[in-house]
Amino acid sequence: MCGIVGLFIKDPKLEPQLGALLAEMLDVMCSRGPDSAGFAVYGSGKDGTVKLTLRGPAGTDFAAIGAALGHEVTPRDTHAVLTVPAAAEADVRTALKSRFPAIDVISTGARMELYKEVGLPADVAKRFKLETMSGTHAIGHTRMATESAVTTDGAHPFSTGSDQCLVHNGSLSNHAGLRRRLEREGLHLATENDSEVAAAYLTYRMREGDTLGEALEHSLGDLDGFYTFVVGTESGFGVLRDPIACKPAVMAETDQYVAFGSEYRALAGLPGIENARVFEPEPAKVYFWDRAA
Amino acid sequence: MTLSVKPAGDAAGLQLVDLSTSSVRELNAALHALGPDTNQTFWKVAHPNGRHAIAAGLDAAIDIEIDGPVGYYCAGMNKRGRVVINGNAGVGVGENMMSGFIHVKGDASQSAGATAHGGLLVIDGNASARCGISMKGIDIVVKGSVGHLSAFMGQAGSLVVLGDAGEALGDSLYEAKLFVRGKVAGLGADCIEKKMRDEHKALLASKLDAAGILGEVDIGEFRRYGSARTLYHFHVDNVSSY
Repeated sequence: MCGIVGLFIKDPKLEPQLGALLAEMLDVMCSRGPDSAGFAVYGSGKDGTVKLTLRGPAGTDFAAIGAALGHEVTPRDTHAVLTVPAAAEADVRTALKSRFPAIDVISTGARMELYKEVGLPADVAKRFKLETMSGTHAIGHTRMATESAVTTDGAHPFSTGSDQCLVHNGSLSNHAGLRRRLEREGLHLATENDSEVAAAYLTYRMREGDTLGEALEHSLGDLDGFYTFVVGTESGFGVLRDPIACKPAVMAETDQYVAFGSEYRALAGLPGIENARVFEPEPAKVYFWDRAA
Repeated sequence: MTLSVKPAGDAAGLQLVDLSTSSVRELNAALHALGPDTNQTFWKVAHPNGRHAIAAGLDAAIDIEIDGPVGYYCAGMNKRGRVVINGNAGVGVGENMMSGFIHVKGDASQSAGATAHGGLLVIDGNASARCGISMKGIDIVVKGSVGHLSAFMGQAGSLVVLGDAGEALGDSLYEAKLFVRGKVAGLGADCIEKKMRDEHKALLASKLDAAGILGEVDIGEFRRYGSARTLYHFHVDNVSSY
C-alpha cells in the first residue's frame, strides 16, 4: 500500500495555497504509507536558470556550499535548492561532486523542486515547510515499502529528467529487464527501486520525442505489474492506472483545479469539493492535463 | 471523546451524528449496541468525508442516511439496515451484506456488494471494476455502467446493469443471474448470453421494482447472461487437469 496525492492548479488565485493544500492531502494519506514521504512542487523559475535540489546529511551547511560555489541557495532542512545559470549546470555538478561528495543532486529543472525523507509524512511535510510553498502543480507520495528498503533514496517522487517526476503505488514485475534496456540507452538510475525504472522509462520515451501523454500510452505495453502513476512535467500532469486497476485512485475537477488522491479522504478538504466532478480514473486510460494546451 | 448524539425534537427517534466531532468507531459502537426493540430507528450522519467502515456491521432494522461521500466498506456486513449514501462510495460498499438495503446516490468504487449473501444494493451512478465479485445472493441494481470483471465467480443473486459492462463480465460464473441493457465489452470464461424467457423477464421486473424504477426502463432492452456450467462441473475429460 502507498498513498498518492496530486494537485494541478487551473486558477492562478489558488497558486499561493498549493503547498498548504498538498500538505493537508499528504497528512490524510499517512495511514496508507507511514514509512516515508516526498513531494515535488512546480514553483517559480527564472529564465536562463535551473534549480538543482540538493540533499545532504542532517546539519549540512547549505549556505556555505552556496557561498563557496557562488550561487543562490535556499535551504530547507536536509535539502536545498541551488539556482544556477543553465549554462553552468554541468560545471556546478562537477564542482559539487569533487568538493562536496556528501551532497546528492536529486532533481533538476527550470521550476521543479523535490523533497523526500524517511518518516511520518505529516512530519516530513512540516520539516520542509511544504505549507509555505506556492506553484502551479505538485505531486506527493506516502510510502509503505514493498520492493526495496525504507530509505530516503527509495522514497518517491523519482526524477530522472529535467522537470520530470513520478510517484507510484504498486509494484512492477519486469523492472529488472527494463532497467538493463534503459541503461543501454544511456539513462542513469540511482537506486534499485522499481518505481525509478518507470520514471526513467517515461524520461526515455519523452527523450525519443513522445509527449507525456504518448509516453504513458507506451508504458501500457512495456510495463508489467501493478501501478497507479501520477507524473509531472514542467507544464503537465498525468495519471495512469494499470489495465486491471489494482491500486485505488480518485480524481476531482473544478474550474480551479484537478486533484488526485488514492482515496477520496485525501480530497475532502479541498475548496469547493462538494461541487467538484469526482470520478474514478478508468484502467488503462491516459489522463493528462497541460498548462500550454 | 464520547459520541455526541443529538436526539432531534421534531422527529421521533432521529439521531444525528457528526463525524467531524465523533469517530467512526464511536458511531459504529453506538449502532452495534442498539437492541431489537430500539426506538432510535432513524440516524443521520454528517461529514463522512470519505472515512472508512461507516455503519459497518449493522444488525438492526433502522434507517441511516449518510450525508456525503464515504470511504471503504461502508455498511459492510449489513443485516436488516437501510442505508442511504448521499454521495460516492469507496471500495467494497455493502461488502458481505446479509440482508437489508443500501442506496448509493453517486458512483461506487470497486468491489461493490462483494461476497454479499442477501439484501439489495442500488447504485444511481456507475460502479467500477469487480462489482458483485463472488456475490452469494445479493441483488445489485446499477443505473449506470459497471467496470471489468463484474460478478466474477458470482454464485447466487442478480446483477442488473442499466448501462454498459466492462471486460470479462461474469468470469467463472456459478449461478448468479446477470442482466445488462447496454453494451458488454466482453464475457469472461464460461459466461454466455442466454435466452430471455418470460420467467427471466418477471425476475428482472421484480428487481427493477425493488429498486423503484419499474416502468422507467424497457425490459425488452436487456440481455441475460449466465453460466455455461462447463467450468464448475467435474468432467471426466478434464481428469488429467486435477
